[in-house]
Amino acid sequence: MQAQISHQRPTTWKRPPVIFTHTLWRWAIYTGALIYLVLAVQTIDIDWQRVWLGLDRGWKFVEGFLTPDFTTRWRDIREGLTESLTMTVTSTVAGILISVPIGIGAARNLAPMPVYLACRGIITLSRSFQEIIIAILLVAMFGFGPFAGFLTLAFTSIGFLSKLLAEDIEECDPSQIEAIRATGAGWWQVVNYAIQPQVMPRLVGLSLYRLDINFRESAVIGIVGAGGIGATLNTAIDRYEYDSAGAILIIIIAIVLVVEYSSSYVRRWVQ
Amino acid sequence: MTRNSSTPVWHYRTRTQTLIHWLGWFSLVALTVFCWQLMNENTIWAFVSDAPDQAADIGGRMFPPAWGYIDELWAPLWDTINIATLGTLMGVAIAIPVAFLAATNTTPSTRFVRPVALLVIVASRSINSLIWALLLVAIIGPGLLAGVFAIGLRSIGFVAKLLYEAIEEIDTTQVEAIRATGASGAQVIDYAIVPQILPAFWGISVFRWDINIRESTILGLVGAGGLGIQLSASLATLAWNQVAMIFVVILATVVIAEWVSAKVRQAVI
Repeated sequence: MQAQISHQRPTTWKRPPVIFTHTLWRWAIYTGALIYLVLAVQTIDIDWQRVWLGLDRGWKFVEGFLTPDFTTRWRDIREGLTESLTMTVTSTVAGILISVPIGIGAARNLAPMPVYLACRGIITLSRSFQEIIIAILLVAMFGFGPFAGFLTLAFTSIGFLSKLLAEDIEECDPSQIEAIRATGAGWWQVVNYAIQPQVMPRLVGLSLYRLDINFRESAVIGIVGAGGIGATLNTAIDRYEYDSAGAILIIIIAIVLVVEYSSSYVRRWVQ
Repeated sequence: MTRNSSTPVWHYRTRTQTLIHWLGWFSLVALTVFCWQLMNENTIWAFVSDAPDQAADIGGRMFPPAWGYIDELWAPLWDTINIATLGTLMGVAIAIPVAFLAATNTTPSTRFVRPVALLVIVASRSINSLIWALLLVAIIGPGLLAGVFAIGLRSIGFVAKLLYEAIEEIDTTQVEAIRATGASGAQVIDYAIVPQILPAFWGISVFRWDINIRESTILGLVGAGGLGIQLSASLATLAWNQVAMIFVVILATVVIAEWVSAKVRQAVI
C-alpha cells in the first residue's frame, strides 16, 4: 500500500500553462503561429545591397542627430514650430469647447435617448479614422496650410474628449445630483452645481493630455500638407539634410517632454 | 424687521479666488486669440470659403466606391497585417529588457541604468511611427522592412512604459517567498515576477498590436509598404472612388483588429 502511493506521487513539478490550458489547442495555436511567422517573414524581401548602402546613410543620420544644425534652416524651423504650436493651442481649445456639450449629451444619466444616440454617433464618427486620413480629406477641401491641420486636430479631439468626459459624468456620485435636485434646481443648475465640480479636475487633466497628443500629432500631419513642423521635417529629410532633421527631432522630443512633465505636474496639482 | 447688512451671503468662491479664476480665463482666451491670429496669417480664406463646394465635389467622386478595386488590395492588406504583427513582435522583444531595466525594483542601478532605459522609452514614445518610417525609408529604402522597423521602434516605448509600471506594482511578498527558497536573481524574476506581470504583458502586447494595425495602414504614404502605398497612388491620380474603397478596407480592418484585441484581452485578464 505504502509503495503504491509513493509510486503515484509525482516526483517532478511542471509549471502550469498560463493561457491555452487545453494541450491540443495549445499545440495547434503554436503551430499556427509558427506557420504564420514563416509566411510573414517571407513577404519581406530584403534588398541587402540597398540596406548595406543605407547603413552609411544611417550613420550619417546618427552623426546629424549628435551634431544638430539649428542655424542653417532656422527660419523654416521657426515657421514650422510656430504653426505647430499655434495649431495645437487653438485646436485643443476648439476641441474642448465643442466636446463639452457633446460629452454632456453622451452621458446616459443627463441626456434623453435621442440626444444620447446622436452624440454617441458623433463620437464614433470622430474616433473611427485616424488623424492622417482626416488630414488628407481636409487638406483636399480647405487647401494646404495650418488651417486644415487645426480642423483635423479639433475634429479628432472631439471624439477623445467627449467619450472620456461622458464616461466620467456617468460615473458621477448620484447622491450629490439628488441633493442638488432636492433643492428644486433645474437641469442647468444640476449640471453646474452637482456635475461640474465632480468632473472639473478630470476635464482639466484630459484637456492637458489632449494638448500633449495634439502637439505630437501636429508634427505628423504636416507630411500630408496640413502645415506644422512635420512639413519642415519632411523637407529636411527629402533634401538629405540630416543635421537639420536631427535638430527638428530634438526640438520635438524636448517640447513633448516639457509638455508631458508640466501637464502631469498641473494634473497632480488640480486633482 | 430690516435685514442686518452684515449678514454674510454665501458665495461659490471668495473674492480672491474669483479674481484668480477670471485672470486665468482671460489669459487663456488672450492666448487662443493670439495663436489664432498667428496661425491664420497665411491662410487663404478664399480656399476656406470654397470648402463646401470642394467637399461636395470630392464626396460626389467618392461614391460609389470602386468595389472592384478590392482585388488589388488583398496583397497590400496582407503586407499591412504582417508589418503590424512583426513590428509588434520586434517592439515587444526589445521592450521586455528595457522594462526590467527601467523598473525601480528590478533595475541593476537606479543612478546609471534606469535613466538610460527611461531615455530610450521617451525617445521612442515621442516620435510618431510615421516619422520613424520617414527616417527609415530614407535610410534603408522603401519597403516592408522600413515599416516593420518603424512600428517596432515606436512600440518599444509604449510597451516598456506600461510593462515597467506593471513590474513596479507587483506584490513583494511573492518575491520574498521565492527568495527565501534560495533562488538566484534570474530565478526570482522567472518564478516571482514573470507570473505576476504575464496577464498585463499579454494585454499590453495585444493592445499595441491593435494600435499598430491602425498605424501600419498609413505607413505606405511615406513609402513603407502596405495599404498606404495604394492610398498615395490613388490620391496622386485623384481617383477618389478608389480612395473611398481603401478607406472602407482600412475601417473594416481596424474594426476587426479592435474586436480581436478586445476578445483576447478579455480572455487573458
